[in-house]
Amino acid sequence: MDPNSYQQTVDEIAPKRPVLKNCLKAFVTGGIICSVGQLISYVYMYFFSFTERTASNPTVATMVFISMLLTGFGIYKKIGQFGGAGSAVPVTGFGNAVISAAIEHKSEGFILGVGVNMFKLAGPVIVYGTFSAFVVTLIKTILVKMGVISW
Amino acid sequence: MIFSVITAFIVGGLICVVGQLLFDVAKLTPAHTLSLLVVIGSVLDGFGLYEPFIDFAGAGATIPITSFGNSLTHGAMQEAEKHGFIGVLTGMFEVTSSGISAAIIFGVVAALIFRSKGKVS
Repeated sequence: MDPNSYQQTVDEIAPKRPVLKNCLKAFVTGGIICSVGQLISYVYMYFFSFTERTASNPTVATMVFISMLLTGFGIYKKIGQFGGAGSAVPVTGFGNAVISAAIEHKSEGFILGVGVNMFKLAGPVIVYGTFSAFVVTLIKTILVKMGVISW
Repeated sequence: MIFSVITAFIVGGLICVVGQLLFDVAKLTPAHTLSLLVVIGSVLDGFGLYEPFIDFAGAGATIPITSFGNSLTHGAMQEAEKHGFIGVLTGMFEVTSSGISAAIIFGVVAALIFRSKGKVS
């Protein structure tokens, strides 16, 4: 069987993904997580005198903390099974990826297990986020120096 | 306040739908999808579009992973404005500090507290 007809057979047999239903679940899950984030940022704005823009930093940290508890007690996995991208795209999904890898590899020791594997899943996000930010800023800096655009 | 929570719900939800479409329709792996979203976020900030988006949607724009790319670019641009090319390197993690440091700190804490349950059914 050549690869093409194999792929064809796989496509025929594999169950169709319920795209609309998945999108709806992702919308609700992601929406709820972002609403929680919005409420937390209000707490920081009203009780700790952060502004609308600076509140996002402590909010993200708090969300990662919540995601640690949910991951540790095995709840985030269930949210992920329901929400798909709705649980992966918010920063809690990033936290979950780091924290679940840390817990998972604890048995291999804290240096070779936790330390080495912590960013196994979340690494690409940091790597390509940083690299694209570098490229974007470099291009913009060059254009500003040439006087094409301004900051 | 209610209004901005609803805005955050809708905008954050829509970004997650984009992610879900990349999963299901474009058949990308989660790692590819999240990397792509981060790159999109950082490029949008390069055009100066992400900050107005945050002003509009609040947590709906800051909680999805796209904001990670945005804050990387944002920190780098802030420093580049002050110090030129060297600022591109030094400013990179200035704004986005909390996401990564929180993930590392709570990751180690979680490894100390929790133990792996194996497969959760």
